[in-house]
Amino acid sequence: MSFERTQEKLKILADAAKYDVSCASSGSKRSNASKGLGDATGMGICHSYTEDGRCVSLLKILLTNYCIFDCAYCVTRKSNDIKRAAFQVQEVVDLTINFYRRNYIEGLFLSSGIFKSADYTMERLVAVAKKLRLEENFNGYIHLKSIPGASDELMKEAGLYADRLSVNIEIPTKEGLKLLAPEKNREDFIKPMVKVKNEIIQYQSERKIIKSTPKFAPAGQSTQMIIGATGESDQQIMWTSNYFYKKFNLKRVYYSGYIPISYDSRLPQIGTDVPMLRENRLYQTDWLMRFYGFEVHEILNNEHQNLDLDVDPKLGWALRNMEHFPIDVNKADKFMVARIPGLGMKSVYKILQARQFRKLNWDHLKRMGVALNRAKYFLVCDSRDFERRDLTSPQLKSIILQNSTSKYQKILSPQLNLFG
Amino acid sequence: MLMSEEHILRYDGTFDGFLTAVFHVFELKLLTVSFQRPERVQESLFGNTIEIITDLEKADRVWKGIKSKTSGTGSYRVYSSFLSEQAGVEVLLLDYLRQAFKSAIPMDSDFSNATVLKVSQIAKSVGREKHRMEAFVRFRLTNDGIYFATVEPDFDVLPLISKHFKSRYADQKWIIYDIKRGYGLYYDLEKVEVMQLSLPEGFDATKTNRDYFTASELEFQTLWQDYFESTNIKSRKNMKLHVQHVPKRYWKYLSEKLR
Ligand code: SF4
Repeated sequence: MSFERTQEKLKILADAAKYDVSCASSGSKRSNASKGLGDATGMGICHSYTEDGRCVSLLKILLTNYCIFDCAYCVTRKSNDIKRAAFQVQEVVDLTINFYRRNYIEGLFLSSGIFKSADYTMERLVAVAKKLRLEENFNGYIHLKSIPGASDELMKEAGLYADRLSVNIEIPTKEGLKLLAPEKNREDFIKPMVKVKNEIIQYQSERKIIKSTPKFAPAGQSTQMIIGATGESDQQIMWTSNYFYKKFNLKRVYYSGYIPISYDSRLPQIGTDVPMLRENRLYQTDWLMRFYGFEVHEILNNEHQNLDLDVDPKLGWALRNMEHFPIDVNKADKFMVARIPGLGMKSVYKILQARQFRKLNWDHLKRMGVALNRAKYFLVCDSRDFERRDLTSPQLKSIILQNSTSKYQKILSPQLNLFG
Repeated sequence: MLMSEEHILRYDGTFDGFLTAVFHVFELKLLTVSFQRPERVQESLFGNTIEIITDLEKADRVWKGIKSKTSGTGSYRVYSSFLSEQAGVEVLLLDYLRQAFKSAIPMDSDFSNATVLKVSQIAKSVGREKHRMEAFVRFRLTNDGIYFATVEPDFDVLPLISKHFKSRYADQKWIIYDIKRGYGLYYDLEKVEVMQLSLPEGFDATKTNRDYFTASELEFQTLWQDYFESTNIKSRKNMKLHVQHVPKRYWKYLSEKLR
C-alpha cells in the first residue's frame, strides 16, 4: 500500500461519504468463535465523535466517487466539478483491518458512486466484504450500500458477507425524486430491498431447521431520507418511513437534514441553514413509533401535517389530547406511562419496577431521578398534591416553555439524547 | 467487646480484601465500621483498628452469599461500584449488603430505596467509564509485534474490560496499561494476565517514537487523523456537544486528537 496515494484517496472518498448519516453498528450477532479478528455482538461502540458531535464507529468511505448519474442533491453527481478517486479492493481491506486492530472502529461502511453499471459496482463492494470475511477472518461489522438496480444474485451474495445492507430512498416523495434525479426510478430502489427482505426471512426459517445455515445480513437493512430538499411535509416523510418499516422490516430509517451543496435552482441555495431542529423532531417521532407504542397517524395526520418546532412531538401530542391526562403512575399500563411528556423509557421501566415494592409518591420519583419539571403536569401519584389548576393547553404550553430554556443544547444533538 | 465502638478495618484495597472485611463484620457483629485502603492510611485517634488479611475462602463465601441474595445485575453493581474507589464506598456497600441479606426478595430493582439508588448510580458511572475505555483505547503496534495502549481511567475499570478485548482481539497480542494505577492487562494469544511494566526512563506515553513503535504505526495514525478530519461536517460544528462526548481529559491518548 503506497502511503501517499492511499492518503489522497482516503481524504477524497471519506469526504464524499460523510453526508450519509447512518452510523449504527449495533444489532448484529457475529461472534468470534474461531479466534479470528473481531466481533460484532450487541451494542456498537462509538469510538470517537466528530466535532459536529456525530458518532464515529465505522470507517465510512466510498469505493469511488466516479458516477454516471447526476442526482441534483448529491456531491458525487456527474456534473459536479470535484476531484475523483477510486480505491482498489485490497486498499479498502488493508485500511479496515489496520484501523480495526488499533481499536479505531467497529467495522466498515462501504458505499459507492455508480461507475459503469449497477452490477459492476455492486460486484466490487461484495468483493471487499468477501475478502474481509474469508481471507482476513474478519468478524467486525460490515455495512454495504445496495446499489439501486443491482441483480438479485449479487444482493444475495452481499447479504452473506455483510451485517447490514441499505438502499437510500433519499427523496421521500415520488414527485421529488422525479424532479431531482430524473434518471432514477423508485422501483430500482425498492427491488434490492424486497430481495434482501425475502432472503432474510428465508434464512431465518432455514436456521430453525439447520443450525449451521450462514447468517444473512444479521443486522437487517436500513435506509436514509434527505429532509428539506423538496418541500415535503413531515407527514409525508414519516408516513413513508412507517411504510418502509412495516413493509420491508427495516431496522432503521435515517433522516438527514439537507446540506446545501450546489447552486441548482431546484434546491435550497448554499448558505441556507441545515434544518437540524426539524431533523431532531423527526428522529423523536421515529422513536415514539418504534419504542413508545405510538402510531404514526396519532402524531401526524391531515389536520396536523408538520411537527411543532417549539415542543417535542410527545409533548405536542399530550397538549392536543389533554383528555388522557393526568395519568396515575401507580396504576397505568406501560404504554400510558410512556406517554407522559418528559419521561424517557428508562424512567418508565424504573417506575414499573419500583412500584412493585410500594406506592410511589413525588419524593420517590424525584429520588429515582425521574425528571419531573414537565411530567408533573401530566401525572398523579401517591400524594394529595398534584396540579389542580385547570390549565388549558396553551397556558400549559407557555408555562412549560418558560421553564425549559436549557433544553436547547439537547435539541441540537442529532443523536439519541431525545426525551431528556 | 464494646459494640458501639468504631472499628477501622484496614485492608489491602482489593475486592477480595473488602469481602474478607465484610466477613469479619458479620462474624464479629460489628456495628460502626469504616474502611481504610493502604494508599489512604491515616492515623485515627479514635476507634479500634483491625488489620484484615485477605482470605480468598472467606471472600468467596461472602460473594456466594451476595449472589444468592441479589440478581446478576445486583451483584455486578456491587463489584463495579467497588471499583469506583470512591471514598466511603465500602460503608455504602456494607449497608447495601446488610439490607440485601435481610430482605426476603432481591431488592436491587427497588430504586425508591436510597441505598439501592446510590449504589446503582455509582455503578452506572463506573459502567460509563468502562464503555469509554472500550471506545477510547488506542492500540499502537510496537516493534515486538504487540498492540500497546495506555489509559488513565477515572475508575479502576481494567478488570471489567478484559473480556471485551480478549474476545475482540483474539488473534493479536495486546497490552492495555493503566498509567495512573501502575498495572496493565497482557494478552498473549492464550490468556489475559495482570502485569506491571517498568517503563523506560523518559518514556512519554503520548508520543509515538520509532524506538518502540513500527514505521507503519505513524502512517496509520496519520491516515486515521485524516479520516477523522474529512468525516467532519464543518457547517454542523458543535464543540460543546463534541466535548460532552469526548471530555478533554481523554484526549491525550486519542490518536485522532494528537494533531
Ligand atoms: S447515483 Fe448515487 S452517487 Fe451517483 S449521483 Fe446519484 S446519489 Fe450520487
